[in-house]
Amino acid sequence: MKPLVLSNFTASSCIGLGLDETRESLRAHRSGLKPCDFETVDIDTHIGEVAGVDAVQLPAELSSFDCRNNRLAELALRQDGCMEAVVRAASRYGRKRIGVFMGTSTAGILQTELAYRRRDPVSGALPDSFVYSGTHNSFSVADYLRRRLGLEGPAVAVSCACASSAKVFGSARRMIDAGIIDAALVGGVDSLCLTTLYGFRSLQLSSSRPCRPFDVTRDGISIGEAAAFALLERPTEQVSGDDILLLGVGESSDAYHMSAPHPEGQGARRAMQAALAAAGLEPGDIDYINLHGTATPSNDRAESHAVTSIFGPTTPGSSTKGATGHTLGAAGGLEAVISAIALREGLMPGGVHTAHVDPTLTAQYLRENRRAPLSRVLSNSFGFGGTNCSLVLGRAG
Amino acid sequence: MMLSTYIAGVGVLGPGFANWEEAQLILTGKTPYVPSRTVLQTPALLPPAERRRTGRVVKLALAVALEATTGADVAPAQLASVFSSSGGDGHNCHELCQALALEGREVSPTRFANSVHNAAAGYWSIATGAKLESNVLCAYDASFGAGLLEAMTQVTVDRQSLLLVAYDTEYPEPINAKRPVPDAFGMALVLTPERRPNSLARMEVALSEDRADALGDPLLESLRLSIPAARSLPLLLHLARGDSGRTTLDYLDVARLVVDIEPCR
Repeated sequence: MKPLVLSNFTASSCIGLGLDETRESLRAHRSGLKPCDFETVDIDTHIGEVAGVDAVQLPAELSSFDCRNNRLAELALRQDGCMEAVVRAASRYGRKRIGVFMGTSTAGILQTELAYRRRDPVSGALPDSFVYSGTHNSFSVADYLRRRLGLEGPAVAVSCACASSAKVFGSARRMIDAGIIDAALVGGVDSLCLTTLYGFRSLQLSSSRPCRPFDVTRDGISIGEAAAFALLERPTEQVSGDDILLLGVGESSDAYHMSAPHPEGQGARRAMQAALAAAGLEPGDIDYINLHGTATPSNDRAESHAVTSIFGPTTPGSSTKGATGHTLGAAGGLEAVISAIALREGLMPGGVHTAHVDPTLTAQYLRENRRAPLSRVLSNSFGFGGTNCSLVLGRAG
Repeated sequence: MMLSTYIAGVGVLGPGFANWEEAQLILTGKTPYVPSRTVLQTPALLPPAERRRTGRVVKLALAVALEATTGADVAPAQLASVFSSSGGDGHNCHELCQALALEGREVSPTRFANSVHNAAAGYWSIATGAKLESNVLCAYDASFGAGLLEAMTQVTVDRQSLLLVAYDTEYPEPINAKRPVPDAFGMALVLTPERRPNSLARMEVALSEDRADALGDPLLESLRLSIPAARSLPLLLHLARGDSGRTTLDYLDVARLVVDIEPCR
């Protein structure tokens, strides 16, 4: 594929609002996970909650979009000059020439969950204040962002479970290649809700302790929330060494099981191979892998198998979910931004909370931060339904 | 770059027609359109364990996907896919929200796994062994247009044959009052980058600011407006007639899709 430049990017998660705080947390090997105190949830688990989401106010004319998910989107949009960069791009290219591609798994479903507690005792109706289209519907976050930013190009929500906001890079890449748009706001926004907290518990996939990817004692995920954005454009001659490029996107399907990965990670392997092929790279060209690393026993085993089958046992990798939690539909976008930080900083962030790497997992797993110049990074995202996406990001110089 | 593909197969299922053959007769006026509740069958191509777990949205999507790929005589495993739905499985969502509003909040693990928007794509992949890329989209009322644009772009740019599935089912009350979708409607197209011996038509798609075309039959027009996936009906009308021409399809509030279609004969 023709490389694209991430001309602006930002992420907000439980390890920080915006790039500076996120970078500081990664440098300090810090986790944002805490015992679950979200809403009325009574589950013995840890969560990654973004501070200050409840206090965010949406513009009055967009009040029909008011929900935790869009407040989180608004909060993240205000970081790192993201909003201004998109507005500048719109004035440069035209507002019809910028697409919006947003990954989410549950959007603002929390609003519906709360509304179901307030049904009319006689009719069963939901309260008048509940607005489905601006909150619950998966499109709500993409719709909110295009209205907030005054964009009139193609807009869509990609909802492929936990691969959603990696796959948006693929959709945007194709549409820029086709010449339908000149730039794209891509990313993902997923926020804490009861559906995922109780749902992952029902599948016995959430840990009571902070999640421990690749650890011998790993026993499930910690759910987090995040919003991450990147503005993708064709690179110009002004691209400099510190600029971050999207070099490859690879996608595949497991065709195996709805909620379990192929045991040997065959789908994951095909996604990584496709991303390398799209980037025109060999496995040896990758300096660091930001693993999907959810910390469920089967996911990490399958991913380790797949990674080793391509890269052997020496390419360093880690999961940042011990720091951020698993931010589900936002994970691909968040980890793309973390990969971009890694490239700029020459920092491979060690996996937080992992004390003893499972000796039966053959992939090279970093527990401690490691400093080294990085040229190219691979980021993995895999989801329910057996949907897989790998991204290759690199420094421009 | 012109977005241009060939249509190799069509599937459709909705209120009053069980398949593409019946829909063609209705769209061309050979039989009158008599709306009746959409009838969904349990998909035989799924393994029994998976079959038991599927709701209406999966039955709908798999039925039209199977009809389109069978008609195109293409192995599903050779196709990438784009699934686009305005809301996913409304009944499953209602059951989860109801359980979460009760004491104990015991949710069914199967219901939770099925709650992902890409459930239908996942079951299709499991049923057919389709291992290529699969994208799953939502754009509310613009979901069909968003799916068509994504599919056309992927076939044109990556030269990859692809299955497009657009499908919507109803929510039960109380969400139905907030998001009224009256019934189930689904459609599927097999799109190829090159002409094949059995290609039905060539299609070009571009963004437009024109108004979307309405359908002459008031009952079909009502269907087009009431279920997002049925925004595809003007395109299906051209395919059913087998004529060449131009039609403008509904998409976003700020954009429509203009489709030029030419039969392959």
